[in-house]
Amino acid sequence: MQIEPNKYVKELTQEKYKYGFTTDIHTDIIEKGLNEDVVRLISSRKGEPDWLLEFRLKAFRHWQTMDMPEWAHLNIPDIDYQAISYYADPTAKKKDGPKSVDDIDPELLKTFDKLGIPLEERLALSGMAVDAVMDSVSVKTTFKETLMEKGIIFCSISEAVREHPDLVRKYLGSVVGYRDNFFAALNSAVFSDGSFVYIPKGVRCPMELSTYFRINAANTGQFERTLIVADDDSYVSYLEGCTAPMRDENQLHAAIVEIVVLDRAEVKYSTVQNWYPGDAEGKGGVYNFVTKRGNCKGEGSKLSWTQVETGSAITWKYPSCILSGDNSTAEFYSVAVTNNFQQADTGTKMIHLGKNTRSTIVSKGISAGRSQNSYRGLVRVAEKADNARNYSQCDSLLLGSLCGAHTFPYMDVHNETAVVEHEATTSKISEDQIFYCNQRGISTEDAVGLIVNGYAKEVLNKLPMEFAVEAQKLLSVSLEGSVG
Amino acid sequence: MKAEQQYIDLFTQCEALVCRKSAEVLNAPRAKAFADFERLGFPTRKDEKYRYTDVDKYFAPDYGLNLNRLEFPVNPYEVFKCDVPNMSTSLYFVVNDSFDKHVHPSAKLPEGVLFGSLKDIAAEHPELVRKYYGKLADTSKDAVTALNTMFAQDGVLMYVPKNTVVERPVQLVNILRADVNFMVNRRILIVLEEGAQARLLVCDHAMDEVNFLSTQVVEVFAGENSVFDLYELEETHNSTVRFNNLYVKQEANSNVLLNGITLHNGTTRNTVEVQLSGRGAEVSLCGMAIADKNEQVDNHTFIDHQVPDCTSNELFKYVLDGQAVGAFAGKVLVREGAQHTSSRQTNRNLCATREARMYTQPQLEIYADDVKCSHGATVGQLDEDALFYMQQRGISLKEARLLLMFAFVNEVVDHIRMDALKDRLHLLVEKRFRGELSKCRGCAICK
Repeated sequence: MQIEPNKYVKELTQEKYKYGFTTDIHTDIIEKGLNEDVVRLISSRKGEPDWLLEFRLKAFRHWQTMDMPEWAHLNIPDIDYQAISYYADPTAKKKDGPKSVDDIDPELLKTFDKLGIPLEERLALSGMAVDAVMDSVSVKTTFKETLMEKGIIFCSISEAVREHPDLVRKYLGSVVGYRDNFFAALNSAVFSDGSFVYIPKGVRCPMELSTYFRINAANTGQFERTLIVADDDSYVSYLEGCTAPMRDENQLHAAIVEIVVLDRAEVKYSTVQNWYPGDAEGKGGVYNFVTKRGNCKGEGSKLSWTQVETGSAITWKYPSCILSGDNSTAEFYSVAVTNNFQQADTGTKMIHLGKNTRSTIVSKGISAGRSQNSYRGLVRVAEKADNARNYSQCDSLLLGSLCGAHTFPYMDVHNETAVVEHEATTSKISEDQIFYCNQRGISTEDAVGLIVNGYAKEVLNKLPMEFAVEAQKLLSVSLEGSVG
Repeated sequence: MKAEQQYIDLFTQCEALVCRKSAEVLNAPRAKAFADFERLGFPTRKDEKYRYTDVDKYFAPDYGLNLNRLEFPVNPYEVFKCDVPNMSTSLYFVVNDSFDKHVHPSAKLPEGVLFGSLKDIAAEHPELVRKYYGKLADTSKDAVTALNTMFAQDGVLMYVPKNTVVERPVQLVNILRADVNFMVNRRILIVLEEGAQARLLVCDHAMDEVNFLSTQVVEVFAGENSVFDLYELEETHNSTVRFNNLYVKQEANSNVLLNGITLHNGTTRNTVEVQLSGRGAEVSLCGMAIADKNEQVDNHTFIDHQVPDCTSNELFKYVLDGQAVGAFAGKVLVREGAQHTSSRQTNRNLCATREARMYTQPQLEIYADDVKCSHGATVGQLDEDALFYMQQRGISLKEARLLLMFAFVNEVVDHIRMDALKDRLHLLVEKRFRGELSKCRGCAICK
């Protein structure tokens, strides 16, 4: 089956990776390498209190005792942790950091404009507040004041450490401890900026909160840290987007996202991950090794992860939920697309601890080119988690005969009242489906697009409007040239 | 001292004795197996393959071994009357790890078919055995296989020549018999040439109330167009530990059915590795476990689709009561170029009590696009609605539960391609659920 590439898709892909430009801006980058002095330097640059420095040093010392895990179904070239610079500040010109939009370097503003993330509030999409992070520093957070009126705290984590130290100290590391895993330890030692969100009791956040991550400087790693706390009866929808320039070297991105959901609160976390995936020969690209975890701590709390993974040379992440509150609910919806030489090992963990907890997993993998796409998931029902319920569905779609699709689900059930179900299928687009569309006057290339979109629809539907449109476009771009 | 040390010491001291009482072909791979075992050591629970079974713990105690091949004064035909009624089988016995020399007059096999002591046949037909022995069971990958290869002195060989059909099923009864805690290392080699057909039923029984540890390595070579059924039925007791590694290699258009049923046991670990290496090969891999008390059943399967057009069907069902622990790990690998593969895997489990635990891990690893693969796994309880419906119709709750559990595992029994055995198993399963097992009717052994 030879298919002419879709014209629209072709146009888009001839620009290749649309966000692959670099911004020429003075960036203050610290020396490459990692040691205790670097950790201290990062901490002092950010003017952090002693307890946080202590936290970083503890994490660093622990990290030194650890080895890089090798169990994933990934082929990761050796990473030289001494060849990376751990802090890059593009706002360094101004001494105290930007106060208003006018203070921000126009180059930076232009960059974010080009990425479709206007930082001037009058231009911004209504109903969305953005925290824009470039390299290691948050450039600007929009609508901060508007949100503050409702008591919502939305700012960069460095700012939160200064302004709301009690909240940060209470929750930082409470979901993902620094001993959690190799990259969590690394992140805890050197984390730079990220967002902090606190939704007070009974408040429904009136707009979508979002963070846009951009890697710009070369030979740096991005180690952002995001912490979201939803207090009793609150609601928030949070979006995350990311891009990076095209470079021949691989860049490391090792983030931690922690979410604490208290009584009857609800958090929706959506990601459209579009880091630079490397070129068609598999050269370059971002290593995306992320620890994301939420704790449904409160009774009747709800956490929903939605992710569209199209970028990164290697994606290795398992957004997870700990269902410790009774009657809590967790959802995980994922579309992971790999093309060319991309690799992905992604999935989720649902840890049922409370009674009457429910979780749903819907994972759709699409592999094309010479890529490898794995789903790995764990559903654990603890002894005391009566009436836990889980439903998992993992489908894989293979486009091309050189790619791979793998499923590694784990189910550990320690309670007899649990009902746990897992289903998985692997298939390619059948000729019958194409034929059916052809009969109805739909060209083969359109039919493929239609089928792929229909296949991922269940997940895309969970995304907020603006993202859903972007995600759909991304899907077709990522798969360009792979159908047939 | 680590658990492996005692086996290393024992082998170093007794290698000459082990070899003297066995056959040359079986002795050949011992040195390599020993080197592999020393290098590997027993797997720990950090090994992905042995996540759910603590191998060390079972091999650590001191067991007796019959390296001198002393004969047990037992004529199994006199004490064992457990054969399946209405089914005419050619019956053979293995006592611990020695093939029993008493041959029953009813056991008649077609000409050219070899069935008997691996040791003896290896001495008579060294060429034949050398060609196959140890060729599938790779000692460098699995410490239990390495250990078995080091110590195995005898076992069973089944050889079916080209285009020969063995109509009557063959039944092999493994009897564990000892007065002290005892370890047996058994070896089974099955070769079906092109177009051959055979069915083998292997039953495991334990006669004495001592601790048994048995390792068994089975190698099956299924030639082109051959048809082979292997049924394994385990009815031992709570102090037996069984490690069974089954390796199968299938050529083009061969059809193999593997069905492992665990009715009563202590700890069981079954590893099944199937290579589909000829086009059109088909394998059905079924398993069932009914476990209560502290019984533990761990099935680890791996199906390797190496060439296009092969089919695999996997079905495993567990019923766990008491503090039983069940584990199932099933991996299906579809290699690059193995197009038109069809693979189905299902694992369903019932947990009846709070203390029962189930771990399941169905895995797919696929490197070809034109394939149909699916897997499904569930852990749950009996359907409340169904129970209610039956109670409305005057069936007691207890009876309704039994009926549903019976229906649940029946699907596995239905895959059996031997009617008499199917009937017999229906009965055994029902008895097992009613708690009347393992007392076979008229059997002196099971007391």
